[in-house]
Amino acid sequence: MTVQTERPPSGPADVSKTAGGASGGPAPRAASRAGALAPYLLLLPAVAATVLLLGWPLLKDLLLSFQNLNMAQLIQHATEWNGIENYRQVLTGEDFWRVTLRSILFTAVNVALIMAAGTLIGLLLARLGKRMRVTLLIGLVLAWAMPVVAATTVYKWLFAQRFGVVNWVLDKLGWHSMADYSWTSSQMSTFFVVTLLIVWMSIPFVAINLYAATTTIPGELYEAAALDGAGAWRSFTTVTMPFLRPFLYATTFLEIIWVFKAFVQVFSFNGGGPDRLTEILPVYAYVEGVGNQHYGMGAAIAVLTILIMLGLTAYYLRIVLKQEEDEA
Amino acid sequence: MKRSLFGRLWPNVTAVLLFIGFVFPVYWMFATAFKPTGDIISETPVWFPTDVTFDHFKTAVDADHFWTMVANSLIVTVLAVVFSLVVALLGAFALARMRFKGRRGFIIGFMCAQMAPWEVMIIAIYMIVRDASMLNSLVPLTLFYTMMILPFTILTLRGFVAAVPKELEESAMVDGCTRPQAFRLVILPLLAPGLMSTSMFGFITAWNEFPLVLVVNKEAGAQTLPLWLSSFQTVFGDDWGATMAASSLFAVPILILFVFLQRKAVSGLTAGAVKG
Repeated sequence: MTVQTERPPSGPADVSKTAGGASGGPAPRAASRAGALAPYLLLLPAVAATVLLLGWPLLKDLLLSFQNLNMAQLIQHATEWNGIENYRQVLTGEDFWRVTLRSILFTAVNVALIMAAGTLIGLLLARLGKRMRVTLLIGLVLAWAMPVVAATTVYKWLFAQRFGVVNWVLDKLGWHSMADYSWTSSQMSTFFVVTLLIVWMSIPFVAINLYAATTTIPGELYEAAALDGAGAWRSFTTVTMPFLRPFLYATTFLEIIWVFKAFVQVFSFNGGGPDRLTEILPVYAYVEGVGNQHYGMGAAIAVLTILIMLGLTAYYLRIVLKQEEDEA
Repeated sequence: MKRSLFGRLWPNVTAVLLFIGFVFPVYWMFATAFKPTGDIISETPVWFPTDVTFDHFKTAVDADHFWTMVANSLIVTVLAVVFSLVVALLGAFALARMRFKGRRGFIIGFMCAQMAPWEVMIIAIYMIVRDASMLNSLVPLTLFYTMMILPFTILTLRGFVAAVPKELEESAMVDGCTRPQAFRLVILPLLAPGLMSTSMFGFITAWNEFPLVLVVNKEAGAQTLPLWLSSFQTVFGDDWGATMAASSLFAVPILILFVFLQRKAVSGLTAGAVKG
């Protein structure tokens, strides 16, 4: 079982694909010309919506990135083209590179933690007895289900300077300087809380799916490995891991994409502060573009961010599509 | 295989600790919401709410524009889900049941669309909406939310349509149904569970959406609940009781839907939809 969007497990598309190919043979031949057009007509509304509501904003973003568009031009509805000036400013400035590096590090740390902890918890789920497993699953599902904005608000309260429960616990554990610590006051502490939040809310997806994947490993494989004299570790590396590898690969990329654009958590926890020190690329584009009303600049940053995302997405889709071909 | 006491104990102990770690923030949200203010701002945390109060919920519900935003959220979310279901059903049927040139291309296209970085496109969308003089309106929100959940809806429904045995449809057509009739009378009823769960995931996505409404609708009368919640703390200062009550009110519908959907969620249906 892999994480793929194209084929949910409830619909065995492979089976029906071959079935459709076999039995669908004579039917299309009998169909008229109108029948040949039918699939395109059925897809028309979806494609039109995609072009209009997704394609157009993307194009608009590109167009805006070549314009000098600040407060004044915005109010006057003026269009001032300024060529690649925005890109020159963004790419030669220090900020963009610093934020990009920060985004990459932030994503790397988060995804590494999510995948490591998620995998371990997934394997733990497979090992637990039924009652404990259901208990832990309930906990995971609750964390997974929490809406992002609500979760962020709750974390603000957990880490509140006054009366926050985390500071109280740290104080009781003997770390008295933390009794009135303001977690939003520094870059690292803000990132710490945001990372904890993202890891907390992302682990369930990885752990539960990984557990589901382990249940599909045929038991005979382990028996065979045991007959060959493999110990626990060896049967893990030779049976479990090869089975889970495609799943882990796809999930890692999905998490990279999600964490890279984690706008809501970063923005609503501390607004990219203090001193704009925790801005990651999407937040940077927003603060520069909408906050500081340099819309053209913001659009240029957005285009560059989208290009990075596009690279990541293309790679992810390649993995998923290749897996599907291998399975078929 | 026999395991030592330690070998049997540590997985369970770890599981209990993890359970506490994952549940605690959710628990603390509800616990704080029901505690009297005195217990919230106490030097030693009150771990279990002993005298339960509903005052904080009253404060949250009485906050300005709360009911407007509830209505806005519901209108936008429900309409987006319905529109995307209708549009997606047509497309999903074509992708699952028909052979045509470019079919694979369409599927890959929708997969790309599903990964669209909406968070970074908000400046462009703001300009488009402004140029259309539609700021502070629910119409653009509905349209863009429809688009946000459309690719996932198409791809998921395609799986559900494919799972309906083709023979059922064919035998209906042998019995004299036209293809649209066969679709309506045979496939649609069998699709009901699929439509339900797909629409719930769409609902969750639209209900939670934050960046777009943040930029496009500045007037309180046209905002949705995520904005209400995120600005709540600014307005109410450190009234954590009311803030947690607000969070609870916002989260409860989703928590209920999600627990209901757990089975589907576990089977990996969610890729890219719930968090994205």
